[in-house]
Amino acid sequence: MSKTMLEVKGLTTKYITRFHEDVYAVDHVSLKIEEGKSLGIAGESGCGKSTLALSLMGYYFPPLHYQSGDIIIDGKNISGMKPDDVRKNVLGTEIAYIPQAAMNALNPTRKIYKFIEDVVKAHDPKQDEKTILEMAKSRFTELGLPLDSLDKHAVELSGGMKQRVVIAISTILKPKVLIADEPSSALDVTSQKMVIKMLRDMMDRGFIKSMIFITHELPLLYNVTDNIMVMYAGQIVERGSAKEMVFDPIHPYSRGLMKSILVPEEGMREHKLAAIPGTPPNLKKPPQGCRFAERCKYAVPSCRFNSLPMIEFEGERGYRCGHSVQHLREVYQHEE
Amino acid sequence: MRNEDISSRPLCLSGRGVTKIFTTGKTRTVAVDHVDFEFHEGELISIVGESGSGKTTLSKMLLGLLNITEGEILFQGQPRDISNMHKRREYWRGIQAIFQDPFSSFNVFNKIDTVLLDCINMRGGKRLPMEKKIEMMTEACSFVNLKFAELTNKYPFELSGGQMQRLMIARIFLLKPKILLADEPTSMIDACSRATILDMLLQLRDEVGMTIIFITHDIGLAYYISDSVYIMEHGKFVESGSADDVILNPKAAYTKRLISDVPKIYEPWDLNTVAQ
Amino acid sequence: MKNTLRQVFHSGKFVAGFCIFAFILLMMIIYPLINPGNPLERIGVGTFAKPGTYVSLYDTVDTETETFKLADADDKRLAKILSDSDRVSMVEWLTQAEVDLTGVSMNDTEKLLDLWHANYDDSIRLKGMTKAQRNYYVRLNNSLNNASKADTLTVTDVDPDTNEVVEKTKIQKTDYVNVGDVANTKTLPLGTDNFGRDVLKELVSACGTSIMIGLIAGLVATFIGLLLGLLAGYLGGVADDIIMFITNIFTVIPSFVLLILISYSLGQDQRGATTVAIVIGLTSWVWTTRSVRSQVISLRNRDHVNLSKLSGHSLMRIIMTDILPYIASYVVMAFILQVSSGILAEAQLSLLGLGPKTTEVPTLGLMMNWAMLYSAHLNGSWWAYFPVILTIAGISFSMNLMNTGLDQVFNPTLRD
Repeated sequence: MSKTMLEVKGLTTKYITRFHEDVYAVDHVSLKIEEGKSLGIAGESGCGKSTLALSLMGYYFPPLHYQSGDIIIDGKNISGMKPDDVRKNVLGTEIAYIPQAAMNALNPTRKIYKFIEDVVKAHDPKQDEKTILEMAKSRFTELGLPLDSLDKHAVELSGGMKQRVVIAISTILKPKVLIADEPSSALDVTSQKMVIKMLRDMMDRGFIKSMIFITHELPLLYNVTDNIMVMYAGQIVERGSAKEMVFDPIHPYSRGLMKSILVPEEGMREHKLAAIPGTPPNLKKPPQGCRFAERCKYAVPSCRFNSLPMIEFEGERGYRCGHSVQHLREVYQHEE
Repeated sequence: MRNEDISSRPLCLSGRGVTKIFTTGKTRTVAVDHVDFEFHEGELISIVGESGSGKTTLSKMLLGLLNITEGEILFQGQPRDISNMHKRREYWRGIQAIFQDPFSSFNVFNKIDTVLLDCINMRGGKRLPMEKKIEMMTEACSFVNLKFAELTNKYPFELSGGQMQRLMIARIFLLKPKILLADEPTSMIDACSRATILDMLLQLRDEVGMTIIFITHDIGLAYYISDSVYIMEHGKFVESGSADDVILNPKAAYTKRLISDVPKIYEPWDLNTVAQ
Repeated sequence: MKNTLRQVFHSGKFVAGFCIFAFILLMMIIYPLINPGNPLERIGVGTFAKPGTYVSLYDTVDTETETFKLADADDKRLAKILSDSDRVSMVEWLTQAEVDLTGVSMNDTEKLLDLWHANYDDSIRLKGMTKAQRNYYVRLNNSLNNASKADTLTVTDVDPDTNEVVEKTKIQKTDYVNVGDVANTKTLPLGTDNFGRDVLKELVSACGTSIMIGLIAGLVATFIGLLLGLLAGYLGGVADDIIMFITNIFTVIPSFVLLILISYSLGQDQRGATTVAIVIGLTSWVWTTRSVRSQVISLRNRDHVNLSKLSGHSLMRIIMTDILPYIASYVVMAFILQVSSGILAEAQLSLLGLGPKTTEVPTLGLMMNWAMLYSAHLNGSWWAYFPVILTIAGISFSMNLMNTGLDQVFNPTLRD
């Protein structure tokens, strides 16, 4: 059994709105990533997947607030640390974060190697500039990024190149966990593929030890990650390996998601797309029972009242539903 | 649902050498470069292209919102004439659109009734009694699974993205144009609501018999929904044909690259073929 | 709409600004009701009467009196008669005469007078004192003696038949009249100005005129700016180029210089309040045009405008229903600023003597101009100009506050 890189236990974070209402965007989320593995988080917009990414860093600023739970990175608990300590000791070395618009984060007046100097010096001010440049050069070579981009300004690079450069900069200190929040959604498909290839390379070469990949594009998630978790209304509703999740989803919501996949492959035209009616619940007043019950066509009255725990089955898999796995599988089979 | 004999049907919209050049100062940008196309009645056409390929510019030219620099567009076999307001209104009775962002497609100061009433008026139903109008609006709303009674006196922004896009379809249902141009109608809404929207579009086509021009960057979606596909790169159509031909047996290098770069489910996705 | 209004009135800044402005407006409405009449009526013959209540001296003579025996009446009277310079002179004389002044303060009227009466003698000739000074002390002594000695004051009149002087009445020191019984009293809270006009009445009326000038200037500027901005932004192309060319020309010419030149060339006779307002409006539309244009350009390509076009709406209808409502909040804010700057521009112009024709209506700027021309600031008549400055500041402050408040409501990036 390999080493656990990141373990999250019952993490709950909330937004406090202008009107002093609490919105629990991440509600008792637990997850575990082992060394060399990647975890995908899927869900619709507003389900809390981006908030989860922010929360995992342990770096909270209003309106996001920490409520409860533990974030353990390689045996070190970072929950409850002061923001300044998190910035100095966790970000960059333990966790790196790449948002969707990361490529727009580069100050257009500075050259690329200056950013690398900044990152390294923020953690070790004594580092020699020459060593840093050497380190940057060797890293860029290994990742297949052109070396002359180090001496360029951000505006001189294309969108896809900028995104890859930002990823290279933020992982220069070999973080243990990389959180990538839709890192390729704003790019065209070719640049997207290049970003994904670079992420894979970084995993293979050990520049990052584990990765959390967040996206709403399920085919991408299937190809990038080892395990997938599906989030709905702030909760994890199902988890499992990528293959199991795509071809054998158990939770009605994940099944709906997986049935909405469209890829340009033979036979896709005959697929029946699944539609889920309705809208996700308002997280200011989440429903008492199963949060999906309102939209679920398999829901029975008790679904609306019984609060559900995560139920483990078939080893590592888990789901959050009132029906048994057996029952759901039978229902699905009957439908087809 | 899939029409096999489409090429024998009469032409609905076609273009010859349609070109758009933007001139700012001394720089000339060719956005759409001599494209030819033939859209048949009742056909569902997808125009697939990445951002910057000129597909939005082309769609605006098709709608008559943007002047054509060169070439001509034929509407139902006749050269399109939109030289004055009256003729333009006439043309717009035949072609309508659904836009990408439902949140910016509606005037936030107009109530939903206003939006729908406007469509009835445009179809010449201005003089109809109010009961008849309400009946028509109720029918349109029920077609898209919305309840008209709940929508009266509401503003569009009080709805969710998916509901707003459905309201957009209700609008098309009332207008019943010959051609519907759908510019990425599902790219801003959730995957779960996407199927609903697509189903409604297909149903609308079967019921009203309209031609749908579907503009998208998602090649998987284009393959799923369309009869024929036009692939656009740098303002040109690099490949066109029936969906099965283009997607399953791509000939142009660009199409091949596009298809190989999209993540797959059933076939392995080869990361090593990335163009450096 | 209702929601927006509620939000607007939740903004502290807007409410504060609104309250100040509403107070000024209320004053403008209520004050003329309780004190009607022509605000430019000259009630005083002299210039710059102090603020305070004036009692008709003539009428007090005939008013029924009451007798009060007040212990400190004499002292108060004497203290009023003795000016500060008189006191200094008295102390000077006493020091010269080598009188012991220890423990006597200048303000202690009673002790000072005791010492004076005990020691003063006009026959004593002090060293280094001129004749004029000596005479001054004699006069001072006499007036002090009169004030403390005489018990009654006799008022006489000339009999028109006999041409003889006859005693009309005697006024005792202990006679008091009730101010309410006096037929003619006049309260001037802010005194009079250089022409002897009631400053407060003038100020209230000037406030109204200035706000009207600001409103007209703001309306003219906003209308021109909005029209040109909408046309330039929505039509684009050649129309945009021409309008922006004109706008740029107006941008580089300082508008205040232009304002001075136009006002000067109009001549004094042509400049009524409305003319000045229109001239101010005509020189200050530039920024509204520029900002409306940029807003319209970003709106023009939005899908709801495209949808409206596809619905066959006319250009006019698209501008009125799809463009204007979106920029309305912005235009309202620009309008408020234009009004405030119009009021300031009028004040600046009038101060330079280029404002509306004098003697017709008072404006805040004209009041400042009059005060300056008659050196109110040099002779200490603060009431002629200071309240005017405060009012101008109050109006523009309240308007800027309202503007900032509105900005916070309408501009989501400024919300907290």
